[in-house]
Amino acid sequence: MSWTGNILRVNLTKGTCKAETLNNDWAQDYLGQRGLATKYLVEEVDAKVDALAPENKMIMATGPLTGTMASTGGRYSVITKSPLTNCVACSNSGGFIGAEIKNAGWDMIIFEGKSKKPVYLYLVNDKAELLPADDIWGTTVWHTDEWLHKQHQDPMLRIAAVGRSAEAGCLYAAIVNDMHRAAGRSGVGTVMASKNLKAIAVRGTKGIGNIKDPARFMAAVNAGKKVLADNAVTSQGLPTYGTQVLMNVINEMGALPANNMQDVQFEGAQNVSGEAMHEPRKSDGKPNLTTNAGCFGCTIACGRISTIDKGHFSVENKPEYWGNSGGLEYEAAWALGPDTGVDDIDALTYANFLCNEDGFDPISFGSTLAAAMELFGMGVITTKETNGMELKFGSADALVWAVEKMTTGEGFGKDLGLGSKRLCEKYGHPELSMTVKGQEFPAYDPRGIQGMGLAYATSNRGACHLRGYTVASEVLGIPEKTDPLVTEGKAGLVKAFQDATAAVDSSGLCLFTTFAWSLEDIAPQVDAACEGDWSAERLAEAGERIWNMERDFNLRAGLTGADDTLPKRLLKDAAKTGPAKGRVNDLDKMLPEYYEQRGWSNDGVPTPATRQRLGLA
Amino acid sequence: MLHVVIGAGPAGVTACEMLRDLDAAARITLISGEPEPPYSRMAIPYLLVNDIKEDGTYLRKSENYFPDHQIDVQHISVTAINPEDKSIRFEDGNSLDYDRLLIATGASPIQPPIQGIELPGVHQCWTLDDARAIAARALPDTSVVLVGAGFIGCIILEALVKRGCQLTVVEREDRMVPRMLDNTAGGLLKRWCENQGITVLTNTAVNQIAEKKNKLSVSLDNGNTITAGLVITAAGVRSNIDFLTGSNIDTDQGILVNQYLQSNQEGIFAAGDVAQGRDFTTGGFAVQAVQPTAVEHGRIAATNMVKPDSLSYPGSLNMNVLDTLGLISISFGQWMGNADGDSVVLLDDAQYRYLNLQFDGEYLTGASSLGHTQHMGVLRGLIRSRVPLGIWKKRLMDDPTRLMEAYLGSVQSLV
Amino acid sequence: MQMSLLIDAGKCTGCVQCELACSLENEGIFNPAKSRIRIFTFHYEGRFVPYTCTQCAEAWCMQACPVDAIAYDAATGAKVILEAACVGCKVCTIACPFGTVNYNSDTGKVIKCDLCGGDPECAKACPTEAITYVDADQTGYERMRAWAVKTDAGSTAIA
Repeated sequence: MSWTGNILRVNLTKGTCKAETLNNDWAQDYLGQRGLATKYLVEEVDAKVDALAPENKMIMATGPLTGTMASTGGRYSVITKSPLTNCVACSNSGGFIGAEIKNAGWDMIIFEGKSKKPVYLYLVNDKAELLPADDIWGTTVWHTDEWLHKQHQDPMLRIAAVGRSAEAGCLYAAIVNDMHRAAGRSGVGTVMASKNLKAIAVRGTKGIGNIKDPARFMAAVNAGKKVLADNAVTSQGLPTYGTQVLMNVINEMGALPANNMQDVQFEGAQNVSGEAMHEPRKSDGKPNLTTNAGCFGCTIACGRISTIDKGHFSVENKPEYWGNSGGLEYEAAWALGPDTGVDDIDALTYANFLCNEDGFDPISFGSTLAAAMELFGMGVITTKETNGMELKFGSADALVWAVEKMTTGEGFGKDLGLGSKRLCEKYGHPELSMTVKGQEFPAYDPRGIQGMGLAYATSNRGACHLRGYTVASEVLGIPEKTDPLVTEGKAGLVKAFQDATAAVDSSGLCLFTTFAWSLEDIAPQVDAACEGDWSAERLAEAGERIWNMERDFNLRAGLTGADDTLPKRLLKDAAKTGPAKGRVNDLDKMLPEYYEQRGWSNDGVPTPATRQRLGLA
Repeated sequence: MLHVVIGAGPAGVTACEMLRDLDAAARITLISGEPEPPYSRMAIPYLLVNDIKEDGTYLRKSENYFPDHQIDVQHISVTAINPEDKSIRFEDGNSLDYDRLLIATGASPIQPPIQGIELPGVHQCWTLDDARAIAARALPDTSVVLVGAGFIGCIILEALVKRGCQLTVVEREDRMVPRMLDNTAGGLLKRWCENQGITVLTNTAVNQIAEKKNKLSVSLDNGNTITAGLVITAAGVRSNIDFLTGSNIDTDQGILVNQYLQSNQEGIFAAGDVAQGRDFTTGGFAVQAVQPTAVEHGRIAATNMVKPDSLSYPGSLNMNVLDTLGLISISFGQWMGNADGDSVVLLDDAQYRYLNLQFDGEYLTGASSLGHTQHMGVLRGLIRSRVPLGIWKKRLMDDPTRLMEAYLGSVQSLV
Repeated sequence: MQMSLLIDAGKCTGCVQCELACSLENEGIFNPAKSRIRIFTFHYEGRFVPYTCTQCAEAWCMQACPVDAIAYDAATGAKVILEAACVGCKVCTIACPFGTVNYNSDTGKVIKCDLCGGDPECAKACPTEAITYVDADQTGYERMRAWAVKTDAGSTAIA
């Protein structure tokens, strides 16, 4: 219960859509969404498969609480093998389409094969059809969204789509839903486009009526909502400033990577911070931020809705960008701003709009551009490659030029679409790529926040803040404060965060609830909704099982413990300023202990005993 | 004050209620030409499929509703009106005086001039009595010919299909519901019906109906003949004004009324299907014969009966909603378009979805749709408010499905 | 004291908790598609507008109903669908100029806000007080009346 019990299997090669029954035993072991869909992936897909081959599959999965009234219960994830990392990819998104899929009666949609011609999935409750996408292939996500609403005369259709960047082969293309929410990382959009699948348009009117114990569920939901409402981060910080509440905080603690992670602080941070988004601008007196926005069911509402200054050079004579759209979140703002040295908030917002409009990950894009800027500074990349553009750190012109190239993958946009690792390899300087397992870093410098170094190095999808967000503890003191510059105890902290996160990502809830909630707050909601007895301990155990399952997939894909590392810059080049001045990331002090706590061998392989314990044998 | 209301349909009943609200002391007499308590013809299709019983068609449900409101209901036919001495005469020769009179006698089906129309087994579907007769004959597998695919034909069409009848629809004009749907939408509706096993013959007329071995033989002008157990005619309606001959009340298609819904005779008002009232979008005077207009007429006429010339009336917006075997069609105002006005149409042939908006300058003046059911009332709000659409005109031209946004953004200024 | 829903669109984040609460109360399940209150998103303007029946005095829906299936609840002021009497003719859905009476194809009847009998779940679920249930005098009732007059100028009841 609370799972719909139905899977939609879409075979793009054959052009068929078939209903299947969910494997309930797996649901009891892997909960839903991230965990359950990964279980299907690892059972059905050879880990060694070429991520962009028809043999790879792409799963859009909801969690058991998706579509319910549990706060933030609107999430879905996209699970596939990543073309960027060759690891398992699992990108989580909010907005509204996750709940819509669930309301249409489906726990997940498994896409397999490859369509001969561009198609989109039109799904209205039980009715699933693959329809020709010739009219929208080659167009942006935003145009696709508009076209599909009109085509089906339904303003309530929820739409997820890939943009032109995915079609052009950008390796970190996103799937964008509801105009500006995204399954953003690891190139899940690239996989979708490789299957000639342009979009998914869903309308669900069945609703969710199989909550196990409705009265107890509503009591747990209301208790959870109250905890969020009483917590300063989830009731004030996030609604007011969004995740951008962090920009100044992280900069001050010397953990804001800048200029392709050469520096750990950025002079212009204030100009692109959450606070700056509230400041009235000179031209029209309006702030960058219009309002905050909530995803489906979310009582936090950290989303940013912003405008660009109409007079800004990026949008002069482009009225189509004068309206509101999804504004800067912290990670995007960091990658597009501090990491490229640009502190022009309108240029950043414009770049962010384009990332949404044509569907690519702003973190990977910004970070890749930062690497290109460093290479340009070294004279390795020249104006010959950039068609005359001076690709300099701090240049808003360069940022705007680069993001526009990215949308269609033309010219230097093709190089940028490779991602930092492949771009740096192409230009002969792999050491300049700030990536783990091929995926670009987010916005926390592991020299200033030691635990994050271990979290990045061991993340199952490459560098990522959303796999073990020890920032919560090391910076914000959640659930308890640990010293960011200390390595002791971080192995256990990372493991605990990784396991808990895997459980949250499998539930249908948003990870941001964990600024206020622990698994003790989540378990009663899952337990009242779902078949089976769900305690916090069982959720953590499911999380650990999921983590090890993902690890196994990556190992089968050919990765080894040697890939659990960081770029040399972070291990060798000390931070130049701030509280962490003189520090590198001491990964070697944390990794062995982490392996041990995980029950893995010295080279990072789960031992038979661990597999046995978790039921993975 | 003596208020007399002739006709116990929605217009008459609403008027009586309004009269009572506005004048607690008035004497109100409601005269019904049928034996049943005031009922709704719109509910008859639901009666035919046993969704409701006869009392489910009643306009007011509580048992003593009319006595409780001191509305004296009399069941008798009116044969004449004499404005000179302010009285009406009944079929039994008696008469009744009034201070104010409302004529809300409604309309009757037109009897098409077809030979054999009077045969047993040929029925209209207008009164409860008709419904009982149809129910007796429209048995499973009965072949039924429905003559006329207008609004009324279409509302009973579904009931006949649900009763298991084999249905053939014969329509003289080139499409179904021609007063409500354009060629495209009418064509879609026809295909929808055909896909559900109904034979729909447009551009076809019935020449003659004959009796043949206990069955009816319906000859069409295309040369074919259909054998049927039941023929239902739904060839349109006309206002019940014949009894006004000699009354000096001016009539055309219906009773001619001014902006207060008063006829040319002092103290005599008209409402509903019998009134040729003002049309909101054209500004002209026409018989609309739809439920919302009847109710609106009833309220306005009653108001002016109590306080003469107190409520001027800009006209009713013609509107219709029709559910044909699950495909819902809606029309408002000038759905057929305005000279020199902009328009926008969305058509999804495969999914039977259609949306048509008609503008006059900055105003929305008409619309029609198929397959849309959510928030469609705002079309009325958008048309009747006469608020210039401003930026929403272009947005609706780009995507007419953004109706609700346009309404909230323009009429309610919520953005 | 007559209470009514007060909607402050400026506070709405578009989270649809109100739609979830409404559908749970009225349908017994979570199903925003069947909610009596709906949030409309104005993407370009960056605005979310919760919107439902204002229980307007004119009650076009109630007036237009041919079978007396919409009743006035004197305790709350709500116009309430009597499901047993509703035949599903949909006339109310086109008669309501606010677009707040909708057809539910699953039941063949119409649905509209009934103020949950005087304890509206949407207001309780709203995390930002964009929807509150307050003394009707505070709600800009006059403003609603003004819309009503704009909508059907001249045909509203005389004062």
